[in-house]
Amino acid sequence: MIGGLFIYNHKGEVLISRVYRDDIGRNAVDAFRVNVIHARQQVRSPVTNIARTSFFHVKRSNIWLAAVTKQNVNAAMVFEFLYKMCDVMAAYFGKVSEENIKNNFVLIYELLDEILDFGYPQNSETGALKTFITQQGIKGQTKEEQSQITSQVTGQIGWRREGIKYRRNELFLDVLESVNLLMSPQGQVLSAHVSGRVVMKSYLSGMPECKFGMNDKIVIDKAGKGGVTDEVGKSDLGGGGSTSGKQSIAIDDCTFNQCVRLSKFDSERSISFIPPDGEYELMRYRTTKDIILPFRVIPLVREVGRTKLEVKVVIKSNFKPSLLAQKIEVRIPTPLNTSGVQVICMKGKAKYKASENAIVWKIKRMAGMKESQISAEIELLPTNDKKKWARPPISMNFEVPFAPSGLKVRYLKVFESKLNYSDHDVVKWVRYIGRSGIYETRC
Amino acid sequence: MPAVSKGDGMRGLAVFISDIRNCKSKEAEIKRINKELANIRSKFKGDKALDGYSKKKYVCKLLFIFLLGHDIDFGHMEAVNLLSSNKYTEKQIGYLFISVLVNSNSELIRLINNAIKNDLSSRNPTFMCLALHCIANVGSREMAEAFAGEIPRILVAGDTMDSVKQSAALCLLRLYKASPDLVLMGEWTSRVVHLLNDQHMGVVTAAISLITCLSSKNPDEFKTCVSLAVSRLSRIVSSASTDLQDYTYYFVPAPWLSCKLLRLLQCYPPPEDGAVKGRLVECLETILNKAQEPPKSKKVQHSNAKNAILFEAISLIIHYDSEPNLLVRACNQLGQFLQHRETNLRYLALESMCTLASSEFSHEAVKTHIETVINALKTERDVSVRQRAADLLYAMCDRSNAKQIVAEMLSYLETADYSIREEMVLKVAILAEKYAVDYSWYVDTILNLIRIAGDYVSEEVWYRVIQIVINRDDVQGYAAKTVFEALQAPACHENMVKVGGYILGEFGNLIAGDPRSSPLVQFNLLHSKFHLCSVPTRALLLSAYIKFINLFPETKATIQEVLRSDSQIRNSDVELQQRAVEYLKLSSIASTDVLATVLEEMPPFPERESSILAKLKKKKGPGAVSVELEDGKERGELNGGGDRGGDAAIAASNASTPSPSADLLGLRSTAPVSGTTPSAGSLLVDVFSEAGPSATSAGVNDDGFLSSAPPTVASEDPAPPLPESDELLNKFVCKNNGVLFENQLLQIGIKSEYRQNLGRMYLFYGNKTSVQFVSFNTTVSCPGELQSQLNVQTKTVEPLVEGGAQVQQVINIECLTDFIDAPLLNIKFRYGGALQNISLKLPVTINKFFQPTEMAAADFFQRWKQLSQPQQEAQKIFKASHGMDTEVLKAKLLGLGTALLENVDPNPENYVCAGVIQTKAQQVGCLLRLEPNAQAQMYRLTLRSSKDTVSQRVCDLLAEQF
Repeated sequence: MIGGLFIYNHKGEVLISRVYRDDIGRNAVDAFRVNVIHARQQVRSPVTNIARTSFFHVKRSNIWLAAVTKQNVNAAMVFEFLYKMCDVMAAYFGKVSEENIKNNFVLIYELLDEILDFGYPQNSETGALKTFITQQGIKGQTKEEQSQITSQVTGQIGWRREGIKYRRNELFLDVLESVNLLMSPQGQVLSAHVSGRVVMKSYLSGMPECKFGMNDKIVIDKAGKGGVTDEVGKSDLGGGGSTSGKQSIAIDDCTFNQCVRLSKFDSERSISFIPPDGEYELMRYRTTKDIILPFRVIPLVREVGRTKLEVKVVIKSNFKPSLLAQKIEVRIPTPLNTSGVQVICMKGKAKYKASENAIVWKIKRMAGMKESQISAEIELLPTNDKKKWARPPISMNFEVPFAPSGLKVRYLKVFESKLNYSDHDVVKWVRYIGRSGIYETRC
Repeated sequence: MPAVSKGDGMRGLAVFISDIRNCKSKEAEIKRINKELANIRSKFKGDKALDGYSKKKYVCKLLFIFLLGHDIDFGHMEAVNLLSSNKYTEKQIGYLFISVLVNSNSELIRLINNAIKNDLSSRNPTFMCLALHCIANVGSREMAEAFAGEIPRILVAGDTMDSVKQSAALCLLRLYKASPDLVLMGEWTSRVVHLLNDQHMGVVTAAISLITCLSSKNPDEFKTCVSLAVSRLSRIVSSASTDLQDYTYYFVPAPWLSCKLLRLLQCYPPPEDGAVKGRLVECLETILNKAQEPPKSKKVQHSNAKNAILFEAISLIIHYDSEPNLLVRACNQLGQFLQHRETNLRYLALESMCTLASSEFSHEAVKTHIETVINALKTERDVSVRQRAADLLYAMCDRSNAKQIVAEMLSYLETADYSIREEMVLKVAILAEKYAVDYSWYVDTILNLIRIAGDYVSEEVWYRVIQIVINRDDVQGYAAKTVFEALQAPACHENMVKVGGYILGEFGNLIAGDPRSSPLVQFNLLHSKFHLCSVPTRALLLSAYIKFINLFPETKATIQEVLRSDSQIRNSDVELQQRAVEYLKLSSIASTDVLATVLEEMPPFPERESSILAKLKKKKGPGAVSVELEDGKERGELNGGGDRGGDAAIAASNASTPSPSADLLGLRSTAPVSGTTPSAGSLLVDVFSEAGPSATSAGVNDDGFLSSAPPTVASEDPAPPLPESDELLNKFVCKNNGVLFENQLLQIGIKSEYRQNLGRMYLFYGNKTSVQFVSFNTTVSCPGELQSQLNVQTKTVEPLVEGGAQVQQVINIECLTDFIDAPLLNIKFRYGGALQNISLKLPVTINKFFQPTEMAAADFFQRWKQLSQPQQEAQKIFKASHGMDTEVLKAKLLGLGTALLENVDPNPENYVCAGVIQTKAQQVGCLLRLEPNAQAQMYRLTLRSSKDTVSQRVCDLLAEQF
């Protein structure tokens, strides 16, 4: 149970302070500021213990959110709550910034009262909250509406209200993945994993029942044995770059939105749910096997005497030639005693950024199965320090229009028995975005 | 940032600094610095030559970045280049960078040294100063090696500018402090001393710091500085405030220089030359006079400067301690400060007075301020000032005002700050004991002390009360009555219960006549406290109960009932259970006679110094200042052996049954005590000697409580190191126990007991280090004819002594016939591979085998006459080397082993003693007469015995004792 929640700006000034339990004194606010925000050394741990009080904090740009407790709480729960709190605030007033918080402080206190009771997290579903915490001020609600709120808050499906109507039933599905890699200079993969999210935006009338299917290995294998073929979307929904024709992926672990029926997932491994209205995250997952690495970085560093360093870096794109990667950025670290840099590159723009001690090479667009190269000459100043340069890894950023994990959406069926629209009437959009996480190659 | 002239104001640097200051976050700052570093690197690349200005600018930036906490690993070369520039600002920045950033093992050091050398020989005073400052700032060994020869030359050269001389003196001081072995003054000494005569006050001020430091190391070489310093001081003191224009600070002429001169003089004894001394006394008088003058300015700086000189002068007066007139005047001056409204001044006055109080000349003068000091103790708001006031009260206390001071301190104790309570308690306990005329007052005071601040009363304090009560018949009844009353309070401190239990157990019978304190009432009172006490106290109470059975047979049934109860006889604590079982058996089996013998009243404790004093001394810090001053020379090792002995003893007593035996008692009775041999001129010790016989041993503990055998008491005494082993022998003539030897590695404690012609000696070898001693081996040998006179048997000790551990060795001695020499003890062991070899004389002397003989006057004179042959008599006339205090003398004569015969000699000043020396071959009767002459401070010692060698030997031994 959370004892209190504070929001600070980057200077450590308190913007929001809400205490839920008596064991948290007023001085806890200062303790966090002094020991974490203004700490001499940067505090890297998200959990800090000060005088038998635990502070859990997350930082959104310049804003610090800190949950405080004196009890032994489930830390994962607290962080989940803090992230949810950020999402709720973003849903109400956009970006979580100092100015927005100051302008909406009454709303924030109202929200805090609603989603935490005596330190226990309550319903934090934005869709539901928006029905009774509005920004329009107090308006006289009819008895009908009031009773609806009551059933909403106390009912079984807290995340969706009844009687939603759309002229056009529409559904957007985004598969967002970030791929992390650490590669040796010889091109050996030292570690790689993909963490992905399935984000949905649904505009559906009534209380529809949805069923989501993807190429999960367990489901496919089971289906293969049973001989039942209910593959709907096959590979035409996904534009994956896999050339190996791989049919299924092994998901290491996944978590679902509260609307998904977990019992059904456990027994049949089928994902069925009544979706909330608007935007939400349906699931999160992680894979470590058979990852498609969109780029390969080949570094070549040569030290010429004590005062010169030659660097050559080649990047190769490794996906279907028809697809285009975007926002490519390669960051090549330079030694600390660099006194001058000359760069030559075929494609894109490269620049030595002294303030970051790195050469930054940017390419706007790059098609699959291409390669590009940069070479740089780095002049060094002789130092009397015997320390050798540690050679930090070369890192990369990019965005590709497929899922590096190989995940494909097979189907998303919508059933609404009461209203007269069927699965075919719903317009569905599917999009895949693969981004780089920490994508590094040692040199 | 260093001041820069106009047109030279490095704009780039200013912009950079303001950029850094404007950074919003740490990350932004690091980015900015990285950018700047890259910029500087590209500038220092070396392909294009930089002008001096930009070099200076970039070096400055690097310096700033370094001071922000970032590593700088380049730019040193550029900084060194700056050194050879001819522009002041460039050179300055170069030196600054080097003194901040260059580490001593840099390869650049050769280049730097070269540049410094050039500057030193440049004759340009500013450059020379810069170079000297750099040397001093770096101050490394390498610098000292390179320049230690050069700088004294600059310092004493006739043509050196004054400002350079100042820098040179201070630079030399720094090098001397860093590596004294490299700075050899030798030939320069006299010329450096003559700097005191320099025209320029700045040079004198700088030089005097150097001289003070040098002369504190080897005072003899710099002796000549005293007269120069005195004349310099007198010139400053007698000058009008306008004479020394630049050096007059708020109307005070050269205050820093005066203070330093006075401090220098404190390194030396008073000047022997009468003229110099007269001049100095005149100066000091002038300083004291000036303090009386109305202030010339209301500014605080004026009075600060004036008082600084004054306090330094008073320290000098105290240091000399030979001018009664000045001492008294200083005391009066401090007395005025006691009422000053400035807290710091009051503090300083109290502190200085503390040292004044220990001087015999000013002690009386200090005493006149007692009211003010008491007032300060009560009303000061600052605890440190109150602490000083308490120290001063302690220091000024003597017989005349002891009652008042102790009463004041006691009443203050109730409200005293917790941090100083324990010290206050010790002080009260010591004063009460030291100056007690009336022992009932002493008992009252200590019981009050326990009542008011029981938690802070250490074991030693209540041990001491018991010792005194046991040794004083006249106070026993009163003590019993008082503790009985004190115990009736509903809430008693545990220490009070301990004292109560012990005293009622011993002397409860003295108040049993009163129906209000009948035996049963006493017992019930004690037993009502039993359940609230800790285990050691309960053990003590159980012993008190068994004593009750002896004292009051009518309580036997009740007490046996208590002992028999499950909570005693089945107690989970082994010690308590064992006591309960044994006492119960003892009381039911033993006959009254046996019981009375076993549970006899404690015999008086032999003389022993107060252990409380040792405790106070052990408390470090300014609080102990007065004590340290008083007998600083005689400070013995206080802790080491004593504590360890205690630990070992406790372990031993736990292992053995707590049956009443002399051995046990002996083992338990070690407590840290300082060894203070009385010597003239030591106030504290003298006073102690007065209280001699009453100040007895601290061998009190729960086991000793039961013992009926005469206790062998350990007294820890510091022994001088090896070469003086003869002197060491003398120390042990009158006592049997103590620390025989101590160095960094090893401590040897000794405990011995003699019966007739047999002796048993326990040697305790304590390993003071944390490393074990290997091949530890000890041998005792009797050189020459001693072999036929003494029979010494030793038991071998373990060859391994663990770090911090103690091993015991038993030596049995049999005296065959009379002897002169002492057996030799040889100890060999390996400590960390190195062989240690120590030889000592075992303190076995002929007088150890004395048996006291009581006899009447007639008897004595008859025997005296019988031993009238000239070779039977040995006589010595000698000067008293210690005080001639009666009680001390008596104690020593008793310690010798003879019986002291009262009312034998017609002259009451004289002492006569008688004893028989027991050897295996024969018994030698021995008569002794000691005639002190107080006027001449002389003694005449006459010894007659039936054997001439014995007379001579005993006479020699004893003559060293007085």
